[in-house]
Amino acid sequence: MLQRLGLGVLTLFVVSIIIFTAIAMLPGDFAKAILGQAATPETVAAFQHEVGLDRPPVLRYFIWIAGVLHGDFGNSFASAGSLGGGHARTVMSLIAPRLANTLFLAGFAAVIAVPLSLGLGMLAALYRGSVFDRLVNIFTLASISVPEFFVAYILMLFLAVRFHIFDSLADVSPDTPFFDRVFACVLPAMTLVLVIVAHMMRMTRAAIINLLASPYIEMARLKGIAPRRVIVHHALPNAWAPIATVIALNLAYLIVGVVIVEVVFVYPGIGQLMVDSVSARDVPVVQACALIFAATYILLNLLADIVAIVTNPRLLHRR
Amino acid sequence: MSELEYWTQQIVKGRISRREFMGRAAALGVTTALASTMLSEAGVAATPKQGGSARFGLAHGATTDTLDPAGYPDTGTQVPFWGAMSNSLTEVDAKGNITADVVESMEPADGAKSWVFKIRKGVTFHNGKSLTPADIIASYRHHMGADSKSAAKSLLTAVTDIKADGPDTVVFTLSGGNADFPYICSDYHIPIMPAKDDGTADWQSGVRTGAYVFGHWEPGVKAELKRNPNYHKPGMPHFDEVTFLTLGDVTARTNALITGQVDWIGRCDLKTLNLLKKNPKIAIAEYTGYGHYVFPMMVDQAPFDNVDVRLALKYAINREEIAKKVFLGHAVPGNDNPIAKSVKFAVDPKPDFTYNPDKAKFHLKKAGLSSLKVDLSVADAAFNGAVDAAVLYQQHAKKAGIDINVVREPNDGYWNNVWLKKAWCGGYWSGRPTCDWLMTTVYAKGAAWNETHYANPHFNELLVAARSETDDNKRAGMYAELQQLLHDDGGVIVIVFNNYVEANSKKMAHNTIAPNWEADGLKIAERWWFA
Repeated sequence: MLQRLGLGVLTLFVVSIIIFTAIAMLPGDFAKAILGQAATPETVAAFQHEVGLDRPPVLRYFIWIAGVLHGDFGNSFASAGSLGGGHARTVMSLIAPRLANTLFLAGFAAVIAVPLSLGLGMLAALYRGSVFDRLVNIFTLASISVPEFFVAYILMLFLAVRFHIFDSLADVSPDTPFFDRVFACVLPAMTLVLVIVAHMMRMTRAAIINLLASPYIEMARLKGIAPRRVIVHHALPNAWAPIATVIALNLAYLIVGVVIVEVVFVYPGIGQLMVDSVSARDVPVVQACALIFAATYILLNLLADIVAIVTNPRLLHRR
Repeated sequence: MSELEYWTQQIVKGRISRREFMGRAAALGVTTALASTMLSEAGVAATPKQGGSARFGLAHGATTDTLDPAGYPDTGTQVPFWGAMSNSLTEVDAKGNITADVVESMEPADGAKSWVFKIRKGVTFHNGKSLTPADIIASYRHHMGADSKSAAKSLLTAVTDIKADGPDTVVFTLSGGNADFPYICSDYHIPIMPAKDDGTADWQSGVRTGAYVFGHWEPGVKAELKRNPNYHKPGMPHFDEVTFLTLGDVTARTNALITGQVDWIGRCDLKTLNLLKKNPKIAIAEYTGYGHYVFPMMVDQAPFDNVDVRLALKYAINREEIAKKVFLGHAVPGNDNPIAKSVKFAVDPKPDFTYNPDKAKFHLKKAGLSSLKVDLSVADAAFNGAVDAAVLYQQHAKKAGIDINVVREPNDGYWNNVWLKKAWCGGYWSGRPTCDWLMTTVYAKGAAWNETHYANPHFNELLVAARSETDDNKRAGMYAELQQLLHDDGGVIVIVFNNYVEANSKKMAHNTIAPNWEADGLKIAERWWFA
């Protein structure tokens, strides 16, 4: 367990180096991106000095990583000099509300998608080969096979433009009441659900079907236990490991990969913030976002492993 | 077009008054009631109504945006924080004339080398403080000085001194005469802000003099402003509150308008515009501003150092086709005069550079060449459609024996690595409201953005002379000559003037739209109302 955590931290460290070098290699810089045509050499130099871009990259990396280890992600370049004056705009103050929005949307989608896909997967396994199984498969595979912006536009066309049931903009602020927020997020959440359900549902179905052939299931059947009970009480507990891995992957996707859905519905999430910051070359924000994304992946994978071990203690003892 | 439609068009363009229109309509046997309905359908309403909460969908806005006017990069900050919340000393009206805003009068002295502005009585900031000369001085000093990072710094280099003269007068001293100085004062980078005790400008609080008071702002997401009850323009503004949403995705923007979540959107999707036009609840506003797309050639680099090569290239481009195919008709073909037709003193220089491969061949021959091979560096960062326009140009030029090698550059870093570096590339200018301003910024010798490296001595002398000339007739002649020079001798190929295409719900009404910037001269929140 401790070893796993240590490995996770090491991975994060390696990721931080990759992030830093990748961003350092991007052409253009913040001053030029902000000033555009108006960038004269003197103004650019003044900017670079102010945000410390004139220092060597190795030094900048250590200053940054030392700050991060102290929990300080630094200030956004946007608050440098005349662009920020006395108001330092910290990276955390930019990221926190956006991250909260993203987590809300991810949570909303997950609360629907996870039980739905588990349920559908179990039912599909139970009625394997039936019309129901086929229909569920066709529908979920179709929804995962088209790009997510297409799903989003189709939902928007029918549920917002043709029949104005929901809003096409997911317009939320920090002070939006909870139920208004849920209502505003219905369309993006539905899109995400459609995109991730197939993967989890297919894995649940496959894992359970895989087990249905094993001798102990046959024994349970021969005892005369109802098929439903066989699946929920006998097959499912042993199928948790692969299912948990897939759920973790999809939850991570919900947090780090939803930028397209955010753009389509104009949802102020962290993905849009990162894209914005990349195009403005706001390096501290990009670095912090990337690090948060990496940590999300590592943590969720760790969690999946723990779930796998808890449900199947045999995994602790290698043969 | 029927005569009635003609007069409706005239009033929409602001050429005749409402009263005149009613007279014409009556003469044609149209009742006053019907004529009024026609006018409101054409977007010209009788008297503005007060009230309502308006929501605007802007195409731009970033998390790096700031309240500091030294860096208002695009509409995401310009429309809410300048157009709605602030005033400059002067403003440009719908006809392109300069008018006083927070000042009452502006008088030149000493051959336009100094300008005297008298502050309008009763102008107050949102916190109740009266506008004083100190505020104006602080607001201008904010952009000046050696360590200024303001985009307006280069505009104000000619200002040598700003002094208060009594409680309501400010005197600007310039290093050389400039009859157009009030136009510069209308720039969106120079709103008037209150001075702090140490004499610097307070941009942080968002306290300004404008039509709306700062409310709530999330950079890159939305800005909410409330009506300023003490606004100095009588009867204005008309909305109780305004919200500006950043809707970067054009489909999201369009859907937001169709579903009524916003009342106005900027920068419509040209490809689906005809579908949007069919919507009975939505009106489209299209107008040509000062903005134009260019292919600037550096006139000091071979082969562009030969005027005949430049002329050959000017004749070898079919601008009509580019306007039609690349910009889907939402652009006006250029004639290598970068001054827009709506600018004062603009002329249309002759001969017209229409597509003519024979003339191009003739000039090529005159330059002593039988064929020509040149590189043209473009990316869509220069302007949307730059690559397509260049490829079309390549095909046009082939017929004149000119081989244009279109080099596709990366969008990232285009303005740093390609523009002002490559001898021939694509570029974009949002234009300026006066001849002098644009020419001084882009075509004067030594200007930082002189993308064509144009350094004609006669052009520069004439430019300086015209700047301080206060006789309008003489100036008109001088500017005509300057434009003719750029057209005949200059290195810029003006491909098209781009149209602003915006859409609004028919619940909204407005007067003639000012074309100096998009969103009704950026002042849509102040000028529009709910019908």
